[in-house]
Amino acid sequence: MDDVINNFDLVLKAFWLTIQLTVLSGLASLFLGTLLGALRVGPISVLRQFASIYVSVVRNTPLLVIFIFVFIAAPTLGWFIETPFLLKGVITMTIYTSAFVCENVRSGVNSVALGQAEAARAIGLTFTQVMSQIILPQSFRAIVPPLVSTLIAMTKNTSIAAVFGLMEATGRMRYFTNNNADDRPLIFLTFALGYVIIVELMSFGASRLERRWQVAR
Amino acid sequence: MSSGNVLFDAPGPRTIARHRIYSVAAWVVLVLAILLVVKRMNDEGELVYDKWEPFLTPDYIRVLLVDGLWQTVQAAVFAILGAVVFGLVFGIGKLSEHAWLRWPSWAVVEFFRAVPLLLLIIFIFFTYGTGDGIGSFWSLVLGLLLYNGSVLAEVFRAGINAVPKGQAEAAYAIGMRKSQVMVTVLLPQAVKIMLPAIISQMVVALKDTSLGYAILAPGLTRIGKSIYGEFGNQFQTVIVVASLYIAVNLLLTWLATWVQKRFVGEKKMLSVSMVGEQDQGSTQPTR
Repeated sequence: MDDVINNFDLVLKAFWLTIQLTVLSGLASLFLGTLLGALRVGPISVLRQFASIYVSVVRNTPLLVIFIFVFIAAPTLGWFIETPFLLKGVITMTIYTSAFVCENVRSGVNSVALGQAEAARAIGLTFTQVMSQIILPQSFRAIVPPLVSTLIAMTKNTSIAAVFGLMEATGRMRYFTNNNADDRPLIFLTFALGYVIIVELMSFGASRLERRWQVAR
Repeated sequence: MSSGNVLFDAPGPRTIARHRIYSVAAWVVLVLAILLVVKRMNDEGELVYDKWEPFLTPDYIRVLLVDGLWQTVQAAVFAILGAVVFGLVFGIGKLSEHAWLRWPSWAVVEFFRAVPLLLLIIFIFFTYGTGDGIGSFWSLVLGLLLYNGSVLAEVFRAGINAVPKGQAEAAYAIGMRKSQVMVTVLLPQAVKIMLPAIISQMVVALKDTSLGYAILAPGLTRIGKSIYGEFGNQFQTVIVVASLYIAVNLLLTWLATWVQKRFVGEKKMLSVSMVGEQDQGSTQPTR
């Protein structure tokens, strides 16, 4: 345990990397997932089907296999060879998480009362206008709770990057437990606590936001 | 008709023409992307028969299906069976009237839901799994059990709470004891409501067995690793392994739909089912 305390800057650095990975992949998956969600309910059938296939393929593939794809398989085709590990991690997490975000968006859109879309159509708004001005703002409240679940799950999933050499929190724990065989439970609890704090902060922030929007209803 | 239909009118002739152009453009882009991949594979010598051969030889097919898929399914089955028991114990524990039972159950469930599964598995394996320990397979199963169990605990708790109150009141009124009410009245109804969510959790557990890769536990990803280690065909292996996972998971999803139709009817699933459906479970913000 002394080793961990003396090298506590390494622990903090590891969690900082976890947070970087989370924030970058979170933003990228929100963008890509919302786009896919819009295609998924949009008027062009080819794109609708593409989004649907993308979601069912990605959702049924383990994240670890997608990691293998980006980190090990793609370089054999000459892709992502020079890419920094952090960026590769973000790409992997984005491929995976955006499928879940897409589903969140789709179900949120479906939760808005039909009359809203009908009325908007009746006064002649186009699909893009209906989506961006009527449906998405209203479905926002319905989307946020499952979206937060998705993002929290993603935060925990970033740990898989450790298998592929990223020294984020899980990778660092492995390093410390390898070198300090006697203190394994304590080291584990230290790192577990770090994740618990991040996850609890996220869900605390989310429930506060939710309460604020509830008032606005 | 599709669910998005209200969002746009039945297209008129001009819109149909426009959509046709968009569709063609989308197709062109998709086909170009596929061509790019194929050309790249060709350039890098990935299309040669040798690299696909392992997946066409009976020996390797057997290794993939028996040592890989079967052990993956086994780990998932053990984990889910254990998780159901764990979930029942702690889910009911969280509903207990006794604070000394309720708070520890709450703490256990919250802890294992917030800790990443991989961290848990690595810890279990390197602390209790190596040497004379329980080995990588059971380390993986134990990790999956603790994680999925705590997710299922939430599912059960929500399910029991969702059974109409009158059911328990009526049972008490005819003189049943607390445990009788739970076992004969509440649980059967809750499990029926929760069955689809439990099966969805099986998909999650099955996918998460792939984490055994990190501790060299038997399973599909490890077999994949040894195959591409031998033949250097990473790209092909990933495609084959992913297809196997997808096939099994689609089968499970189909089973969940069937179970829901058969036992639950067309009734809308409870909103809490999201806890199980959402990929990795995870903490709900509504606390």
